[in-house]
Amino acid sequence: MSNGTIHAETWSQVPLAPPDSIFKLSAAYKDDTFPNKVNLGVGAYRDDDNKPWVLPVVKKATKILLEDPNLDHEYLPITGLPSYTTAAAKLILGEDSPAIASGRVSSAQTISGTGANHLGALFLSRFYQFNGDKKVYLSDPTWVNHFAIFRNVGIDPLTYPYYDPKTIGLAFGAFLDTLKSLPERSAVLLHACAHNPTGVDPSREQWGQICDVFLAKGHYAFFDCAYQGFASGDLDNDAWAVREFVRREVPLLVCQSFAKNAGLYGERVGALHIVAPTVETAGRVKSQLSVLTRSEISNPPAYGARIVSLILNNPELFDEWKRDIKTMAGRIIQMRKELYKLLTEELKTPGNWDHIINQIGMFSFTGISPDQSQALVEKAHVYLTQNGRISMAGLNSHNVRYFAESLDRAVRGDL
Amino acid sequence: MQAISRPLSRTAPKSLRRAAALSTWSAVPAGPPDPILGVSEAFKADKDPRKINLGVGAYRDEHGKPYVLNSVKKAENIIASSNPDKEYLPITGLADFTKAAVKLAYGTDSAPLQANSVAVTQSISGTGALRIGGAFLGRFYPHSKTIYLPTPSWGNHTPIFRDSGLEVKTYRYFDKKTVGLDFAGLKEDLKNMPEKTIVLFHACAHNPTGVDPTPEQWKEISDIVKEKQLFPFFDMAYQGFASGDFARDAFAVRHFVSQGHQVVVSQSFAKNMGLYGERVGAFSLVTADPEEKARVESQLKIVVRPMYSNPPLSGARVAATILNHEGLYTEWENEVKHMANRIISMRHKLYDNLVAQGTPGEWGHIKSQIGMFSFTGLTTPQTKILAEKAHIYMTADGRISMAGLNGHNIDYFSENVSNVVKGTL
Repeated sequence: MSNGTIHAETWSQVPLAPPDSIFKLSAAYKDDTFPNKVNLGVGAYRDDDNKPWVLPVVKKATKILLEDPNLDHEYLPITGLPSYTTAAAKLILGEDSPAIASGRVSSAQTISGTGANHLGALFLSRFYQFNGDKKVYLSDPTWVNHFAIFRNVGIDPLTYPYYDPKTIGLAFGAFLDTLKSLPERSAVLLHACAHNPTGVDPSREQWGQICDVFLAKGHYAFFDCAYQGFASGDLDNDAWAVREFVRREVPLLVCQSFAKNAGLYGERVGALHIVAPTVETAGRVKSQLSVLTRSEISNPPAYGARIVSLILNNPELFDEWKRDIKTMAGRIIQMRKELYKLLTEELKTPGNWDHIINQIGMFSFTGISPDQSQALVEKAHVYLTQNGRISMAGLNSHNVRYFAESLDRAVRGDL
Repeated sequence: MQAISRPLSRTAPKSLRRAAALSTWSAVPAGPPDPILGVSEAFKADKDPRKINLGVGAYRDEHGKPYVLNSVKKAENIIASSNPDKEYLPITGLADFTKAAVKLAYGTDSAPLQANSVAVTQSISGTGALRIGGAFLGRFYPHSKTIYLPTPSWGNHTPIFRDSGLEVKTYRYFDKKTVGLDFAGLKEDLKNMPEKTIVLFHACAHNPTGVDPTPEQWKEISDIVKEKQLFPFFDMAYQGFASGDFARDAFAVRHFVSQGHQVVVSQSFAKNMGLYGERVGAFSLVTADPEEKARVESQLKIVVRPMYSNPPLSGARVAATILNHEGLYTEWENEVKHMANRIISMRHKLYDNLVAQGTPGEWGHIKSQIGMFSFTGLTTPQTKILAEKAHIYMTADGRISMAGLNGHNIDYFSENVSNVVKGTL
């Protein structure tokens, strides 16, 4: 029976794209039969038994929805569920945000953080008055998908110094100098908290200085906030940088994700908030966000937004959520402390390991070399990315000792 | 934590800050309200109790209420009791869903399906499937960057394909004079298209006209497409909804595939499963063999990843549960038949009413048109009068969603339509 004989060569030139590197890592982990294998490549929270964790508050909200006789599956408005986007804006910008109070925030529900980044980038690509060619400045390193997101909408992604491998910390001087040297009104992407992949965040004092340069140069701040609450365990604390920039009137937008802090990964719950200088501008901006959304997805998925809306708008559920966040952030901080203790007190592993407890969020840049990372994968069945990044969420009370010992051997060259 | 005071001298002059801030978006023009979704906004704002919303294509039951299918509710309960996680789906979505989706569209005995040559990705409903398709074709279809749409077509088709990087042109489709298919015009336009160009076909229940080619006409179209080596892009948003029969509504797609065309198909489960806001869809392509399927899917992932990484979970799980569970599938099939039949009965009632009221003009098209929509033939000024005087809302092109009509409002509707045509409203 003929199969597509008419245009048999149509797709013959389509090249095979390389698989996502994280995917390869996960696949290799899956196929490994070693009983003590450890997966530190995972970007999703795991409990102490290495299982996905559906937040208790999410289970409660799910039950409420399931039992609601009035719930339907009708289309949401193009910019999403209003009770969700309003509450999401308050969460990141603050209940008493001057921007919200003056009606200057244009919010759109998006397909999680990626969707927010994409819509924000697309909006900039269409409407931002770039100073010359369309460029954006990303931290070196940054989430790998940032590059593809901006390229995809015709913005050239360049980098600014961020991580200093010598100190396993922030290259603050170089960072600031670069910001000062960029053309005026450059678009610069900032991680609001829990920098991915390094876990290295500026201090408040440093944020203040960064803000000074933004104001002096008229730069546009493209905030990516995927870990609010997850960094320190406190939602307001983790939103400090964004709120400070709003307070000081830096032109900005913020991308928001509920994938990690609400454990809603696959439900794709996110939002984009653009802070405009006037109410009238905010109206125009929102109308264009609507137009851009309509030709890509028409309107966003309802279910996850309903869950988050329930949680954010119900005081009891909101309190419970804060406790669930503390549970997750707490377990990760505990693992950091455990690992640090094992390396410094017991194993006395060569090197300075302060960064393990100083870094923030789900990820940690261990500081080991690509060779050492590879040895860990191949010899110790510990799966991590080539850049020495580990997901703290993959560590638990059952495997942290094995990991510490393997890391120790890798550093000593004994693997 | 610590409070940091910012000495005024370390900030930029206020004038520079304000100027920079004010200039950021000062050139952003106000976007127009969406012509289709904007109708619902106007309807919501109207306080008149007699108001009727015939704008957006969402099914309504006999009481004008949204209808959550029983098969959907059952599927949701099954899923809930399995204590599901919320983990990320793969970039191309839930495999149990996409496998079943293509079986539904192509038929289980479809040759490319049997040969494991159909590439597929889950999508953000039909819109997302069209967008992925447009982007993929824009990138990889070697012979053309132009897509031809029927006149008229769903309003959102044009921006979707333009924003995907394709040039949008049109072919004749609807004949205003006969309120039917301009078959001669359609064939002529197909014959005059540059070879190997991309052509979009509505698989069934054409939106907005409700005018579909007959199976015999589809066969002729297929022959011309073969002769000109045109590339068929099928938009199938209403499978099951048109006639109540899945196989019958997929006739065009399946016929083209059996004739050896390499089609691409956009599928939506918004209407036939009532999953609208959960955004359940799929985009598929007929490829030469499994190796090509793998290459194509790897590139579909590259399209999706920088837009939204991976698709939403819940709706796909519901659809997969229904499609793969024999009892639920049959129950779903019956519910789709029921919805389709209610719409058909409304068509007949509306026709009878209009004729009984002596409404000038020919109204047979109300009965012969297929699917959720009907192109009434009302003019834009007439639609405005209906909105303002009778609180009846439809899109400016005179398209009505039959699903918005029911036993309680159909007399009010037909009376006002009759009057506006007579000029007495």
